[in-house]
Amino acid sequence: MEERTRILDQYGARVYKNRKEHVVQVENAPSNQSIAANSRSVPGIMTNRGCCYAGCKGVVLGPLKDVAIITHGPIGCGFYSWGTRRNKATPVDGRNFLEYCLSTDLQEPDIVFGGEKKLKQAIREAVGIFHPKCVMICSTCPVGLIGDDIQAVADWAQQEFSIKCLAFSCEGYKGVSQSAGHHIANNGLMKYIVGSGDAPPAKRFSVNILGEYNIGGDEWEIARILKRIGYDIVATFTGNGSYETMKNAHTASLNLVQCHRSINYIAEMMKDKYNIDWIKINFIGLGAVCKSLRDMAKYFGDPDLTARTEAVIADELSEIQDDIDYYREKLKGKTAGIFVGGSRSHHYQNLLADFGVHTVIAGYEFAHRDDYEGRGILPNIKEDADSKNIEQLHMQPDEKHYRMIVSKERFEDLKQEIPLADYGGMIHEMNDGNMVIDDFNHFETLELLRLFKPDFFFSGIKDKYILQKAGVVSRQMHSYDYSGPYAGFRGAVNFARDISMGLNVPVWGYVTPPWKTEPTLTGRLTHPEEERQGKKNA
Amino acid sequence: MRQVAIYGKGGIGKSTTTQNLNAGLAEMGKHIMIVGCDPKADSTRLILGGLAQQTVLDTLREEGEDIDLGYVMKTGYGGIKCVESGGPEPGVGCAGRGIITSINLLERLGAYTADLDYVFYDVLGDVVCGGFAMPIREGKAREIYIVASGEMMALYAANNISKGIQKYASTGGVRLGGIICNSRKVDGEAELVEAFAKELGTQMIHFVPRDNMVQRAEINKKTVIEYAPESDQAAVYRELARKIDGNDMFVIPKPLKQERLEQILMDHGMMDIA
Repeated sequence: MEERTRILDQYGARVYKNRKEHVVQVENAPSNQSIAANSRSVPGIMTNRGCCYAGCKGVVLGPLKDVAIITHGPIGCGFYSWGTRRNKATPVDGRNFLEYCLSTDLQEPDIVFGGEKKLKQAIREAVGIFHPKCVMICSTCPVGLIGDDIQAVADWAQQEFSIKCLAFSCEGYKGVSQSAGHHIANNGLMKYIVGSGDAPPAKRFSVNILGEYNIGGDEWEIARILKRIGYDIVATFTGNGSYETMKNAHTASLNLVQCHRSINYIAEMMKDKYNIDWIKINFIGLGAVCKSLRDMAKYFGDPDLTARTEAVIADELSEIQDDIDYYREKLKGKTAGIFVGGSRSHHYQNLLADFGVHTVIAGYEFAHRDDYEGRGILPNIKEDADSKNIEQLHMQPDEKHYRMIVSKERFEDLKQEIPLADYGGMIHEMNDGNMVIDDFNHFETLELLRLFKPDFFFSGIKDKYILQKAGVVSRQMHSYDYSGPYAGFRGAVNFARDISMGLNVPVWGYVTPPWKTEPTLTGRLTHPEEERQGKKNA
Repeated sequence: MRQVAIYGKGGIGKSTTTQNLNAGLAEMGKHIMIVGCDPKADSTRLILGGLAQQTVLDTLREEGEDIDLGYVMKTGYGGIKCVESGGPEPGVGCAGRGIITSINLLERLGAYTADLDYVFYDVLGDVVCGGFAMPIREGKAREIYIVASGEMMALYAANNISKGIQKYASTGGVRLGGIICNSRKVDGEAELVEAFAKELGTQMIHFVPRDNMVQRAEINKKTVIEYAPESDQAAVYRELARKIDGNDMFVIPKPLKQERLEQILMDHGMMDIA
C-alpha cells in the first residue's frame, strides 16, 4: 500500500477524502477490493475526462459512415470532435461521411433568437448536398440552455425530406463524464433504429459486434478473422458501421460486446426486446482473441464451426509466430501503465501480457464500478442524482422478432462456461501491488511515473504529452498515433512493433540539446561604484 | 450622467411610469436616453408616439455587426433618445443574453454621450437570470427604482429584486433609490408601501394615484405630460421627476424574510379583508 499512501498523503483533507475511494492498490490478488467510480470529479483537479457530447457524438455516433451528423452549437465542439478518434470506414456506395464535420456554427444572434431556424437550414443543406438516408443532431451546451426543441426539428425533417432524423440532447454538462453520452446515444439508436429494418433473419452464425469503433482499422481485422471462420456480421456498433446495417441488427443470433462501458445498454436492451444473448469478448491480445473465438464457438455448439475456429486460430498464429517471438524477446519483463476509456485498460493488459509486459498501473476515465469489479456488484451500486438524470429505457419483448436461439437450460449451462451476459471486470486480473485508479488526473499520473517508472504509458490525448515530456514511451489510444490496427492477430504484431520502436529507437541520443553546449542565462558581475558610473554616463 | 434602472413585477406599470417620469425630466431641460430592455420592445412607445422602433437585436441579426447608431436610436418627445433592445419571440432563444449583447453593442456604438444627464433602463419583470441583471452589473446603472403597489405579489417581487440589488451592490456599486408606488387602490396602500420601504432601508419616493387619464393618454400613444399637460396626473409625474432629480438617498437594501413580509401585510389591515 506504500505507493497509494505516498500519492494520497499529498492531498489536502477534502480532496483526500474524495480521492482515497478512487485509488486502490491491489492486495491478496485475485482482489475483491471495491472502488468508487462514475461520480463527480473534484473541481479543478485536471481530470482527463471528456463531456457528455464527446461520449455521444464523439464515441458512439461519430463512426457511423452513412449518417450526416450535425453538431448543433458554436463551432468549437464540432471542430474538435472532427476526426480525433480516427475511426475508419469502408465506403458503401463510394461515399464516406466520416471525412466531414457538419455544424450549425451558432453565433450570438442565434443564441439570442433561438437556433432552430438555423438547424433546419443546416439539415436542408446537408440533405441537398449529401442525400443521406439518416441525419443525426447532437446538441451542445448552449442549445440546452436556450431550450431549442431539437426533437421537434427532427420530426419536421423526417416529414419534410422522407429521411430518418434523430435528435440527441447530449449537452456537455449532463452527467459526470462522457459515460452519460454513451447512454443517451444507446437509447436513441435502440429506440429509433434497431429493429426498423425488414431484412429476413440472418444466417445461423450471425453476430453483431458491439462497442468496437474501428480506430486505426481494428474492426477490419476483427471482421477478417470472423469471416474466415464463417461468421456473418450483421452490424457493428459503430466502427465501420452504418444506419443501413443497424436497422437489421435485430436479425443477428448473438451480440459480441467489446467495449462493455459504452454499449452494454444496447446489449441488455436487445436481450429484453429480441432475446438475443450477448457475450463479453475481447479482440485485443492474442490469448484474448483465441479465447473469444472459442467462446463464440461454444455458444453456437456446432462441431464444424468449432473445427473451423481451431483451424483458423492455428493458421493465424503460425503466420505471425516469428514476429511474436522476435518482439517478445525485445519486450519481456518491461512494465506498463494504461489509463484510457472505460474498458480498454483491461483489454490491452492481455495484449501486453502476450509479449511479457506487466501492467502495473491501470485505470479508467469514465468507467462504472461494474467495469472494475464485474457485473456481480450491479445490485449493490447505489444510483445517485447524476445517473438518475439520464433516461433508463425498459424494453418489452417484441412480438414479431422475439425468438429463442438457445433453450433456457442450455443458457444456464453455457453461463458456467463462457461470459454469457456477464463481465468479470478488470480488478480481479491484476496482481498484488498494482495500482487501480478511477478518474485519474495529471498530478496522479506524474506521481505514478515517479513511483513506478513504467517503460510504457498508454493514454488519451490530454495526458499523452506530459508523459512524453517525462521521457516515457506513450501511445495515444484514440488514434494509435496514426498507426494500427492493434486488434486481432495481425494487429498484435503492429502494436508490438510500435512500442518496441518507441523503446529501442535511440533517436534522442543523436540530438544535442542547446543547453548542453550554450548557457541558457547570461549575466555579469559589477561593482556598485561601476554601476553608478554607468548610470551617470547613460 | 446618472444611469437609472427601473425594475418591478410584470404589468405593474414600469414602462408607463418611466416614460411619464422622463417626460417630466425632459420638461426640466434634462438630456435623456431610454434603453428598453424588454423583448416586446414597448418601452418607448409613448415617447415616440407609436411602436416605430427598429430594435438593436433585430438590426444586429439583419445587418451583422456593421450598424450605424442612427439606425437604432430615435428621438421623441422632449428630445428624449430612445433605444429598444428587443429580443426573441416568446418561448425561444435567450432574452437575457439578448440584453447583454444589446447593451454591449450600444456602448461600442458610442450611444453613451457625455451630454446625457440621464440614461434609463426599463427592464422587464423580475431579475430572472444574469441577463436581466445586466443593467446593474459592471457599474452601468448606479441607481435603481422599483415600481410596486400595495398588492402582495408586487411587494414580493420588489423584495426579490432587492436581493438581486444586494448581490450586485458589493461588486458593481449599484444602490436602491426608492420605491415608486403605482397605486392599485388597495386599502392602506401608501402606509403599507411606506412601511415596506422603510423595512428595506429605503423610502417610498412618491405615491402615484390611479387615474384614468393615464389610460387615455396611452391610447393616444402619448405620455400624460404631453397629452394633458394641465391635468392633475401630469403634476404628479412632474413631482416624481423633481423628487428623483433631487434624490440623495441611495442604499443597499436589506431584503425581508418571507415571514416578516407577511407580517407587514397583516399589520396594515390586510387581515380585515380576510
